[in-house]
Amino acid sequence: MSSETLYDKVWDLHQVAKLPDGSTQLFVGLHLIHEVTSPQAFAALHDKGLKVICPERTIATVDHIVPTINQERPFADPLAEEMLATLERNCKKHNIKLHNLGSGNQGIVHVIAPELGLTQPGMTVACGDSHTSTHGAFGTIAFGIGTSQVRDVLASQCIAMNKLKVRKLFFKGSLSKGVHAKDLILHVIRKLGVKAGVGYAYEFCGPTIEQFSMEERMTICNMAIEGGARCGYINPDEVTFSYLKGCAYSPKDESWGKAIKWWQSLASNQNAVFDDEIQFNAEHISPTITWGITPGQGIGINEQIPTPESLDEDDRAIAEEAYRYMALEPGKKIQNLPIDVCFIGSCTNGRLSDLEAAAAIAKGRQVAEGIKAFVVPGSEKVARDAQAKGLDKVFIRAGFEWREPGCSMCLAMNPDRLDGNQISASSSNRNFKGRQGSPNGRTLLMSPAMVAAAAITGKITDVREFLK
Amino acid sequence: MAKNSPFPKGPISQIQGRCLILTGDDIDTDRIIPARFLRCVSFKLLGDQVFADDRKELKGSHPFDLKSNQGASILIVNKNFGCGSSREHAPQALMRWGIRAIIGQSFAEIFYGNCLAIGIPCLTTESSKINAIAEEIKKTTEECWLLNINKKTFSRSNKKWQLSIDQRSLDMLTSGRWDATSQLISNCSNLKSFMINLPYLNNFSK
Repeated sequence: MSSETLYDKVWDLHQVAKLPDGSTQLFVGLHLIHEVTSPQAFAALHDKGLKVICPERTIATVDHIVPTINQERPFADPLAEEMLATLERNCKKHNIKLHNLGSGNQGIVHVIAPELGLTQPGMTVACGDSHTSTHGAFGTIAFGIGTSQVRDVLASQCIAMNKLKVRKLFFKGSLSKGVHAKDLILHVIRKLGVKAGVGYAYEFCGPTIEQFSMEERMTICNMAIEGGARCGYINPDEVTFSYLKGCAYSPKDESWGKAIKWWQSLASNQNAVFDDEIQFNAEHISPTITWGITPGQGIGINEQIPTPESLDEDDRAIAEEAYRYMALEPGKKIQNLPIDVCFIGSCTNGRLSDLEAAAAIAKGRQVAEGIKAFVVPGSEKVARDAQAKGLDKVFIRAGFEWREPGCSMCLAMNPDRLDGNQISASSSNRNFKGRQGSPNGRTLLMSPAMVAAAAITGKITDVREFLK
Repeated sequence: MAKNSPFPKGPISQIQGRCLILTGDDIDTDRIIPARFLRCVSFKLLGDQVFADDRKELKGSHPFDLKSNQGASILIVNKNFGCGSSREHAPQALMRWGIRAIIGQSFAEIFYGNCLAIGIPCLTTESSKINAIAEEIKKTTEECWLLNINKKTFSRSNKKWQLSIDQRSLDMLTSGRWDATSQLISNCSNLKSFMINLPYLNNFSK
């Protein structure tokens, strides 16, 4: 059993009670809601005659269903309009702060909470969205929940939970040129598989992680869930503190110094005990890309699509399914595979540094003929900051579309989706069958820079060729 | 029965019904209920949309479409069932189609919790037993099986398998406390004093 890790410390601090079934009633320090998983929770609250116990600890935004071309109200899709109208009504009725479209703070929930300074070290963070693990980048325990639990948090600011085991993932060495945080996490999931993290929280640590910016750390923790781990976290340090300094909801004045002292005390101790430990050498990681239908089906850009014989017996059935669905042949190279659509955005890779990395490749070049390429900033703030740096113009000149913020084609609950069996090069987080809106659409996950390179050549390309 | 049978309520100690086998590891919640069906403010209509894209692709031969499986209430799956998105729409869709219990090799964590929260027991066992159970069910698709939660057994006439479920989930299901809200609220009388002791809620002064 783990001890003296950040996870243990934050867990202990938030235990309200032991429940009769042996689970823990855990206080939720920050509850984030959006239009998809909250309406049924509010309806259940209403049916039970309950009220929201701490409205000031819940923050709302709208992200999944918003169109990225025309955000005028009412939306063209009446179902989407009804979802946002319901969220607006619920927030108003229960006194919950909503960062709505056009407020300047709207965006993907996992992009806006960090940029507003809402997510702070030592908190427990819950949201009806599996990518809540993103917030672990700040040294929080952050996890996705279902709608019944959203109801529970609204009613009690708590949830019933069992403590997870803690696995330490230690990274040494620096990433080489053209290799990004996204490649690192795709590499981890490829090596450990999509089920390895079930029952665990992942602590990402070591020199490689310490060198990462907060945005890179968020990319890593965001995809912990794709490796099966409900939470991923990184110990807070100077990088964390300097990111938070001056954010809208960050501690101010005398509180700031005290906050830092407390935050520093949260990091896993030198002699912390972990349930499991694994080491990686970041220098061995190359640009990594998925070829199949789970995020674990990844390969280095210069590798071949694995043959069934080269895989563990357990992985063969899903590989066979993936060859069929993706119409890809085992043993063939992934490089030069023609693509149709390029998507840059999402809670994994829709932040300013992601757009900068993609723009560096796009600058002065042209999107290949016949390729639909578009960039969706993760939030209104990301859009503003990118525009201030002229990135929107770089993309538009290169032939990309520059869109309004939202979840967009990561999950296609809005007008952005694949058509037929199109292949997309995507900076998002899931390559499941049908994920990007077409029942036979195909998704290859990669870093934003790799997506940009694919857009320019019209095929899967090693981004390092653009950096020579 | 299934589709028209009442949704889970109160203590759940056994599920009786026919079984449906869905083969494959890592079946994610996007497949169980594709995202476009999440454009709704109620779960009510999700039952017809469960596995919508997979079913369309298989043109009537998907396990959820086979005539012999209509009315089944116990779903048999393999590894890491329900991975991916946290959408409770996935177990809600299964429940509204008629599923009342799931037996599999393993379940993704958020999905498992979502099932428990709506009173759908998920029991596990190793792959050899899942295969044996599936073989037996295939022989007798018309027959009803009994899933006894207390005893953790799955049986029919002289066939019986021992399954696993953690004690906490078992207690919650059999006591009826799987609907956690009232339990949580009853411990909230001192919430304000609890909150004042959290550094980030007291200006880091303690």
